[in-house]
Amino acid sequence: MNRFIGFLRKEFYHIFRDKRSMLILFGMPIVQIMLFGYVISTDLKDIKMAVLDHSKDEYSAEIINKITSSGYFSLTDNLKSVKEADAVFKKGDVKLILVFEPDFGAKLIKNTRANIQILTDATDPNMANLEVNYLQGILQNYNVEINSDKKAPFSIQPKTRMYFNSNLESVFMFIPGIMATILMLVSAMMTSISIAREKELGTMEVLLVSPLNPLQIILGKVTPYLALSFINALVIIGMGYFIFGVPILGSFTLLMTETILFIFLALSIGIFISTISKNQQVAMMLSMFGLMLPTIILSGFIFPIRNMPLPLQIISDLIPPKWFIVILKNIMLKGVGIEYVWKETLILIAMTMGFIGLSLKKFKIRLE
Amino acid sequence: MIYKNMDASIQVNNLSKSYGNVQALKNINLDIKSGELFGLIGPDGAGKTTLFRLLATLLLPDEGSAKLCEIDNVSEYKKIRNFLGYMPGKFSLYQDLSVIENLRFFATVFNTRIEDNMDMIRDIWVQIEPFKNRLAGQLSGGMKQKLALCCALIHQPKILLLDEPTTGVDSVSRSEFWQMLKGLKERGVTIVVATPYMDEANLCDRVALIQDGEILQVNTPDEIVEQFGKKLYAVKSNDNYQTLLDLREFKSTNSVFLFGQSLHYTDTKNEASIDELKTYLANKGRSSTVVEKIKPSIEDCFMALSTKSKAHE
Amino acid sequence: MNSKQKVIRVKNMYKKFGEFTANDDLSFEIEAGEIFGFLGANGAGKTTAIKILCGLSYPTSGEINVAGFDVYTERESVKRNIGYMSQKFSLYEDLTVFENIRFYGGIYGLSKSEINFKANDLLKKLDLEHARDKRISALPLGWKQKLAFSVAIFHDPKIVFLDEPTGGVDPVTRRQFWDLIYDAARAGITVFVTTHYMDEAEYCDRVSIMVDGKIEALNTPEKLKEQFHADDMDQVFLSLARKATNVE
Repeated sequence: MNRFIGFLRKEFYHIFRDKRSMLILFGMPIVQIMLFGYVISTDLKDIKMAVLDHSKDEYSAEIINKITSSGYFSLTDNLKSVKEADAVFKKGDVKLILVFEPDFGAKLIKNTRANIQILTDATDPNMANLEVNYLQGILQNYNVEINSDKKAPFSIQPKTRMYFNSNLESVFMFIPGIMATILMLVSAMMTSISIAREKELGTMEVLLVSPLNPLQIILGKVTPYLALSFINALVIIGMGYFIFGVPILGSFTLLMTETILFIFLALSIGIFISTISKNQQVAMMLSMFGLMLPTIILSGFIFPIRNMPLPLQIISDLIPPKWFIVILKNIMLKGVGIEYVWKETLILIAMTMGFIGLSLKKFKIRLE
Repeated sequence: MIYKNMDASIQVNNLSKSYGNVQALKNINLDIKSGELFGLIGPDGAGKTTLFRLLATLLLPDEGSAKLCEIDNVSEYKKIRNFLGYMPGKFSLYQDLSVIENLRFFATVFNTRIEDNMDMIRDIWVQIEPFKNRLAGQLSGGMKQKLALCCALIHQPKILLLDEPTTGVDSVSRSEFWQMLKGLKERGVTIVVATPYMDEANLCDRVALIQDGEILQVNTPDEIVEQFGKKLYAVKSNDNYQTLLDLREFKSTNSVFLFGQSLHYTDTKNEASIDELKTYLANKGRSSTVVEKIKPSIEDCFMALSTKSKAHE
Repeated sequence: MNSKQKVIRVKNMYKKFGEFTANDDLSFEIEAGEIFGFLGANGAGKTTAIKILCGLSYPTSGEINVAGFDVYTERESVKRNIGYMSQKFSLYEDLTVFENIRFYGGIYGLSKSEINFKANDLLKKLDLEHARDKRISALPLGWKQKLAFSVAIFHDPKIVFLDEPTGGVDPVTRRQFWDLIYDAARAGITVFVTTHYMDEAEYCDRVSIMVDGKIEALNTPEKLKEQFHADDMDQVFLSLARKATNVE
């Protein structure tokens, strides 16, 4: 026990004396949450819009008013001719142009139908789609409004409700993703680097020659990161809950248990990486490209898995964070219990066992 | 300690080790006695580090075996790790820990405390104690080595393996380091030191000269010098380098090397004719030539042995 | 001898890091073609001084002229006229012998035909023609060091700085290395060398010994031994270095 405490003390000295480690450990989670929470938002806000109004009557004015007062769009330009559209889009500020046909209001009253044309800058197709959808929604509402006193013989009125995230807050999706990324980073990358550093500096030679056995060395190296990862997980959930209002509908205990399971998995991956890398640089590269990139790209954190081609979907099944994100979303947003996530949990357990087994087999009691 | 009265000898039998195509050690045999200060002397790439790692149970031999304290170092490596002190060639302490933190850590690794072993390390410790709160990375080369030695000694090992402890260390620190090794030897610790510095051979009880994975000779420094064979002459003149070039052309030259302030010369005959030599050099235009018979050093012997073994190939 | 050109002139050179004075009032002059031994214990300030002379760092004060150029204002010219080799940095392990030579020749702006011609010459001299297309990593240490030195003087610099060039090399190769040094010196290249081997100090024309940032002795090996009543340079060095106060 004395040995173990001595080992831990040494490990904490390493961590607290290295500014880079400290930055990754404690700066990274906060920066990432702030980034995803505030900056990288896929919600629409103040999209710059131009109008080409050939009609200029009370109806077109009312519609423009409705659109700008929604908060999603802001009017920046009034065009005189459709020829200007090209130039405006090329300049890049305006993403959307609304065109009213001549005699818009008159046609609407007389013929009961009038045309609006929506032009968008589709260099970012997802955003363009989103903008058009929002705009159509506003126009739809207006339609209903002006027809409210008339009796339409048949009409379907869809009423939608977004389950689990009624305001479509993107931060709800990012908190689980950030959890998975940060825990992977801290647990896997930091442990693999710290073990590889001992190899690089030659201190591993001395430790191996001592009576310490491999298990003691590994436990000594990973325990500090287990503790720090757990603190990080709490910080992330706390920030999500208190700053962004991400709910925790399910059992907090279950959430924490699953988190610890995932930390164990990440640690065992970290140990595995360290056993196959000679120095810090290799460990860093392996963790970056073998873990971080897949975690961000293929885990469903940012890009939806169901839109991926089949081979990538299969690969994403092999990526541990994918399952962890599913579990997190289910517990936090849907509030379900273990009976809905036992499958994913089992997968994580199996993966953990696998990596621990591999590492124990690969960890050398000698230098070769 | 359980191992108090054990025989701390080292036996190496027919040890060979290859990395891919490179044969790092060829059929090494060594018999190091308990309590001996044994030197392993050879240039970089001779195989010293490989031999140390084999002894330290960090590598497995391709062929042959080694016993430390009469215990086989492959099948019972765990036992050996309890009474072995090992200092690798690279400075292998934690640079971001202070002197005292390093020492405390290695004490806990061996399940012991600094206080219980102060006796063993006191002589060395007093020299680094003034800097005990300094980070190890900020120590000078000599100080680092002293700290590393302390850490290797903290569990009172019976056998101490030191891989090039004095490389890159200035000559003041080097001579201090050897003083400490002598002190340790008096405590009955078997010490094996690898070094590329030939002059350090004279500080050992016995030495093995090693080059290209082969042991050229094992003996006491005095015996090695005695077996030099030929008579050795120191030649000096007003221009040593030109004299060197001249002597390379001389018909009776067996070998000639720059050696500090003079040249070391051996003749094809056992005994050289000093007059003939002087006349030759005078004709070449050298003046104030001095030729005298001298006692060879280990370095002379090493060069003679290594050129002989190269010629055999 | 007075007419000989001075290729390094150092006058009252200081280098301070905060409170710590690494180089404390160094003054010396070195002649063209001289082999100058620059000795000192670890931490005596040798590396700091070499960095300044090579134009890699600025001194705190002092007048320093290397190869005819001022180290404050003409660093690029200084660098173009010196060669540098150390035990640590020598050659690219994953390039072949010839690729290394070509690379360094290219850095100093030598033409293709010049590089080819000089490379053949160099390989012949080192007896390395058979290894021309071998990777550096496959060569024994002694060859690497000899090759590294030859590459360092490939562009015919006025001065070559050697930082512990023979560390760990076997005694026979070490002497072959000194053959190369003498050869270069005879061709007029000034050699500025540091070493831990005291026998090598004897091979130098003049030797300076630094203690605690100051040059405590500077003379020919013969004169130094006389001055300190010593049999060899080792004793000279020890009697000076033992006086060191801040060796930590």
